Amino acid sequence: MLSRSLRRAAIFPAEITPRNALRQATRLISRRGIASTAARWQDLRKTPLYEFHVSQSAKMVPFAGFSMPLSYGDIGQVAAHNHVRTAAGIFDVSHMLQHRFTGDSAEAFLMSLCPTSLDALPPFTSSLSVLLNEQGGIIDDMMVTKQSSSEAYYVVTNAGRIKEDKELIREKLRDWNESHQSEPVRWETLDGWGLLALQGPKSAEVLQALIKDVDLTSLKFGKSVFAPVGHDKVKCHIARGGYTGEDGFEISIPPQHTVALTKEIASNPDVMMIGLGARDSLRLEAGMCLYGHDLNEAISPVEAGLTWTIGKERRSEEASPFPGKSRILSEIANGPSRRRVGLQVEGPPAREGSKIFDSTGTQEIGIVTSGIPSPTTGTNIAMGYVASGHHKKGTEVQVEVRKKLRPAFIRPMPFVPPKYYK
Amino acid sequence: MFGAALRPLLTPSSNLYRTAVRNNLVKPTCLPVAQRFTSVRFASSGPRFSDDHEWITVDENNIGTVGITDYAQKALGDVVYVEVAAPGDTLEQGGFMGSVESVKAASDIYSPVSGTLASVNEALKDQPSLLNKDPMGKGWVCKIQLSDPAQVETLMDDAGYKAFCESDPGKDE
Repeated sequence: MLSRSLRRAAIFPAEITPRNALRQATRLISRRGIASTAARWQDLRKTPLYEFHVSQSAKMVPFAGFSMPLSYGDIGQVAAHNHVRTAAGIFDVSHMLQHRFTGDSAEAFLMSLCPTSLDALPPFTSSLSVLLNEQGGIIDDMMVTKQSSSEAYYVVTNAGRIKEDKELIREKLRDWNESHQSEPVRWETLDGWGLLALQGPKSAEVLQALIKDVDLTSLKFGKSVFAPVGHDKVKCHIARGGYTGEDGFEISIPPQHTVALTKEIASNPDVMMIGLGARDSLRLEAGMCLYGHDLNEAISPVEAGLTWTIGKERRSEEASPFPGKSRILSEIANGPSRRRVGLQVEGPPAREGSKIFDSTGTQEIGIVTSGIPSPTTGTNIAMGYVASGHHKKGTEVQVEVRKKLRPAFIRPMPFVPPKYYK
Repeated sequence: MFGAALRPLLTPSSNLYRTAVRNNLVKPTCLPVAQRFTSVRFASSGPRFSDDHEWITVDENNIGTVGITDYAQKALGDVVYVEVAAPGDTLEQGGFMGSVESVKAASDIYSPVSGTLASVNEALKDQPSLLNKDPMGKGWVCKIQLSDPAQVETLMDDAGYKAFCESDPGKDE
């Protein structure tokens, strides 16, 4: 009658409720492709801020192989969410893998893994991109930042994909350096470094108070800078952007300074520490994908609505190759068979795994990959994949929640207007 | 409502019955009067609690008022939607009775007793947040005509439930 496992397959770790917390966590982690042994609490990795989170009464949960804060103290997900939309919040994203690629051919090497025109990026500029498999499926999504020149790149990939990403890069880099012996690429991962996301309309004011040497009004969305931050003038890489749709920054901090600098930023009364629960609702409102849910190795960037990450200069047969190029070019030319769309659902929220039907309820046309009641809009929002032809905005569909079809329609993303500093 | 193990769900026949009720093919009937009054009374014993975090109070007619506990609403966070079985539906103790949706999660509610669903708190339709604000008062979920009032004795009393929550292994996770 009611597939409880399907319903529980909903959501994020945010779904964890008392009695089944560990069970849920185990399932979530294994679904993300992390070795199942990592589900044991004692095996979970900790970010440099673990002790700080605990001292702030964080509710720690397993996420992507790490013990991460879900929420802090008695502050509910909606309150935390709204605080980021109206003031500023700090997210510990140190679990994500930070990489540096240096050397004469660093740019060319990265362009051999992804479809983005990195050579067209000005220095100190970031772009979202994707690591692709030979079939054009997404191995991971990532932020790629060109630093001082084409010989220095900073890349951030997902914690839940550390193993897959490292295997891919290791293998590809070995081959690359064998054939580029005069200009080898050096790859290092910034293990133990901190990474903070400061997000919300007051972020710039909060951060500027700690930076004397750089005027943040000149740092636009998608740009980055090295600047000394805080009392100890710690040199950090600061990239303007983020995962919430708000103005904000991602701050990469050397290991020995991470805790002190986090405390310094968090001491601002406008700033609240924000856990994974609100992070999920914020990113979904912003229409951003969560790997393992909205993206996986079978889905191409064209299907995922990430065609914009595929450089225009790279869309011809003659342009430099990237993995899965033939499928991707064909999908750009002929349209993909399915597309990622936004949905608004009436009645109960549709969560991950809910089936999507056409307006008559007779033909199954897709599946929900993320869904929540949106705290900002007060409506049930979701994203998912539908067969092409059903993807246009306003198209009426039905979504199955607890074996009952509920009216829904295709709604453009982002669900909440972005407020990037452009 | 956080039961980890799969519990017996409503039988297919009762599901059909529910569909029939919904489509006005069958009118929900009350239990025979005799059954109401031949049963044991628990009117004075205060609320009882299930290990799925539902509460129930039972009146002298063996009609139970059911809701979720304060502990449960805190764990769920902001409730945005409540869906309950239809009046006339047969419920089994520990069986599926409805669902509560919060921003965090969709959680099932299990019936603390067996019986027939008598009525649903219509106020929750427009104000699901009553479940957070007043879980043991205005946020009641439904009323059930008990078919076996002795089952109430299998539930925890106030002190027992308090101890149960304190020993909840998932409490701090």
